[in-house]
Amino acid sequence: MNGEKKAVVKEKVYGPSELKLAFPMPSCPGCGHPLACKAIVEVLEELGIAGKSICVIGVGCAGMGFYMTKMDIAMAAHGPAPALATGIKQALFDDAIVFTVQGDGDCAAIGAGYLVNSAARADQITVFMFNNANYGTTGGQMAPTTLLGQVTTTTPMGRDAKRYGYPLHIPEMLVPIKGVVYSARSAVNSPANFQRTKKYAKTALQKQIDNVGFSFVEVLTACVVNWHMTPVDAMTWMEEKQIAEYPLGEFKNVASID
Amino acid sequence: MAEMAFIHGYEAVGWGGINAGCHHFFGYPITPQNEITEFFARELPKIGGRFVQAESESAVGAMLFGAAAAGVRCMTSTASPGWGLMQEMLSHISWCELPCVVVDCQRGGPGQGTTRHAQTDYLSATRGGGQGGYKSIVLAPSSVQECHDLLQLGFYLADKYRILVVVLTDGILIQIAEPVELKTIDFGPLPPKDWALKGTAKKGGRWDLIHSTRGLILGGYTPIIKELHKKYHQIADLEVRYRTYQADDAELILIAYGYVARCCEGAVDMARAQGFKVGFIQPITLWPFPCEVVSQKASQGCKFLVVEDSMEQMFEDVKLSVEGKAEIHHLGLLSRHLPGEVGMLFPETVFEEVKKLL
Repeated sequence: MNGEKKAVVKEKVYGPSELKLAFPMPSCPGCGHPLACKAIVEVLEELGIAGKSICVIGVGCAGMGFYMTKMDIAMAAHGPAPALATGIKQALFDDAIVFTVQGDGDCAAIGAGYLVNSAARADQITVFMFNNANYGTTGGQMAPTTLLGQVTTTTPMGRDAKRYGYPLHIPEMLVPIKGVVYSARSAVNSPANFQRTKKYAKTALQKQIDNVGFSFVEVLTACVVNWHMTPVDAMTWMEEKQIAEYPLGEFKNVASID
Repeated sequence: MAEMAFIHGYEAVGWGGINAGCHHFFGYPITPQNEITEFFARELPKIGGRFVQAESESAVGAMLFGAAAAGVRCMTSTASPGWGLMQEMLSHISWCELPCVVVDCQRGGPGQGTTRHAQTDYLSATRGGGQGGYKSIVLAPSSVQECHDLLQLGFYLADKYRILVVVLTDGILIQIAEPVELKTIDFGPLPPKDWALKGTAKKGGRWDLIHSTRGLILGGYTPIIKELHKKYHQIADLEVRYRTYQADDAELILIAYGYVARCCEGAVDMARAQGFKVGFIQPITLWPFPCEVVSQKASQGCKFLVVEDSMEQMFEDVKLSVEGKAEIHHLGLLSRHLPGEVGMLFPETVFEEVKKLL
């Protein structure tokens, strides 16, 4: 130490997105949704499309984080977010980037028909499905994505395949649909997977920017309250059980539909 | 100089929509309105519009929500079972005060009912068909010309009040052909749609939320209900429309809408030719219903005969308007000339009933 003081130069290298409003997140402590929301918002900024994007929120916890962003938002019924997004996209003559944020119940159960038909039409929209393996908003009932053996309020003895069927793998299911140009699954249980989520979100939205076709990303998120776990236990459960059932990765990524 | 054309009701609905500047149509096949959906599929691409064939009427409702939220004039056309399926989204559209137009070409119900004409959706349309208690302006054309003109009025009223407008027609009116004057009708200026979603908040544009949880998230449910109903009362005060025919000295007033209105006009002519003092009121807005004129006629001592191709539906509105001051009779679906789905109400049937009542 020579006693000379060096001028401290502060450079902002990371901080909240400009889109984020100064409201608290409405999600429960330990919820994974805000992280998934944050990944998408950061990608919108990085792609330079934040000023022309409209978010369509499904019914449930998944989209709540977007109410805390300065973005135009449409939200209506449980399930038809892809159809609603298509209405907006058609009205704005492709000038806007339109994406949906839906939960697994909204997207994979009541909304499955809308999802598949929107994909088949090759609608130029992007669908984000946050999968927390249950209906969170209504108090933790079984969803199509609930794991076998998982206890929920409507599967109190655990999900039994003979009575309640099997977990639904949406990104894999979308692969053979020609209108789908991108389909992937990530998670937000670790910094590495957060970066993976951003990468997939960026690729999916880039497909829309390039007018290639329908793009889809599933994000695994923890629901500590309805899983009845501590946040740390929830991360472990996601790693050991949820990701084992729902492998992460890109299932489809094509440059064009032909 | 307006263009005259000899066209079908479905084309009149189509040109009415296009002349109103509607360039977005979302549809799903259902009889007996398929020609309307096909019209837009054919005509919109020629003028740079957008036609989407949806996977269901539920999806049609969601697409209308999206397009209306983005500020464009948009519409669909359906028939009774599709009208039923669409109600969920129409309730959300009404709650979010999004302007758009839905044409219901009524066929016989309930259930799959028949695939031909009827007037069995009256109550569902005029009471706000979906959940939660809301109102839509319901317009009822009775000619091919009115199909064309009321479509345009519908878009004007929808934008003026930010409300859903239902054009309630039937399988006969859209299949018949009549001479029509095709023209763009100017109803006057409208407020700008500065509330519409454009996605430009980040670039300094307006920041807009159009969401159906507005009563939940922002913490003000009853104030929204209050404003909504203030608007409904205003519409009820200002937008009642009806037509009268030979009603001034009438002792018996026929009340009918849609294709049945045409039968009643014929029945009035037959009755007048034989010296019966019979007149006619045709509600053009089914909601708001022309209660006042009916009430006045009741006070003057007129009897009423409600004629509709359904069981007692519009009858309820006449009863509410008459307030027990006059006799009301009903001639309905059971008086069709044939019991099958092709059965119709004819002027002769109405005239026979008139003779019994006078």
